[in-house]
Amino acid sequence: MSTAVDSISHEHGDYAGSKIGMWLFLLTEIVLFGGLFLLYSVFRSSNAVAFHNAATELNAGIGALNTLILLTSSLAMALAVSAVQKGEVRAATVSLSVTIVLGLVFLVSKYAEWSEKIHHGIYPNSPELGLRDYGEGLFYSLYYVMTGLHGLHVLGGIVALIVMLVLLRRGAVGRDDFAKIENTGLYWHLVDLIWIFLFPLFYLIT
Amino acid sequence: METKKAEYHTVNYGTHVLVWLALLVLLALTIAAAGMGLGAFNILAVLVIAGVKSALVLLFFMHLRYEGFLLRSIFLASVGVLVIVVALTFLEVIFR
Repeated sequence: MSTAVDSISHEHGDYAGSKIGMWLFLLTEIVLFGGLFLLYSVFRSSNAVAFHNAATELNAGIGALNTLILLTSSLAMALAVSAVQKGEVRAATVSLSVTIVLGLVFLVSKYAEWSEKIHHGIYPNSPELGLRDYGEGLFYSLYYVMTGLHGLHVLGGIVALIVMLVLLRRGAVGRDDFAKIENTGLYWHLVDLIWIFLFPLFYLIT
Repeated sequence: METKKAEYHTVNYGTHVLVWLALLVLLALTIAAAGMGLGAFNILAVLVIAGVKSALVLLFFMHLRYEGFLLRSIFLASVGVLVIVVALTFLEVIFR
């Protein structure tokens, strides 16, 4: 009897506790990116014209496509969590795989975008940017740091998602224990959330 | 004694798809708004739309709508920290 109670309280505490832990981690992520967004806002307010000129060179079409990819991957992730909670392992496997593939597509697209910019001589401390207004250099430094840090988060998220896929196939994640996949989902949605702000700030406001 | 499950809420597939559709409409809207050349209002418009999009992601995909006081507070605390830091920084920048 006492072991039963122990296991109940343990199970309950474990689930609620793991989610609290995950949200505390997300808090630090929000503040981390928030600091960078603040840096962007301050530099933009003092270099409005240069930021305007620099932003027109970014391809808003690719930015919109990347947004579409991430929003859809978030849908697939949310569906995967619901499927695991319902015990539909097959549906969960499919949606989790779609999430991973869309994450990889996002990274490939980002790679193509960066390559194109670097090919045109636009990278931090490049001679090309040295000829331009100081503010344009600031804009592109922020662009590389913020989309780069975001890209690393996507990469980390993909690794976590692959681990979840393996655990799901092994039965270590399922209807009775879905805290891990739910928390991975929270992380993936946060990465999507950050992109929701990166897209308009870098690609749309010109 | 029955094993008591921790409380959780399973969101329907249909709800998720509807949220995704709303997000796509908002994405189209933000691109349209940015293309209209509204000047300073432009920044406000895309930021408000981004705010609505993130609210949808937080409430439905991230389950905040179904969570209790504690998890909501943790999220609001992070927003609160940001608001304070942003406000103090801009006070300094504006009145420098």
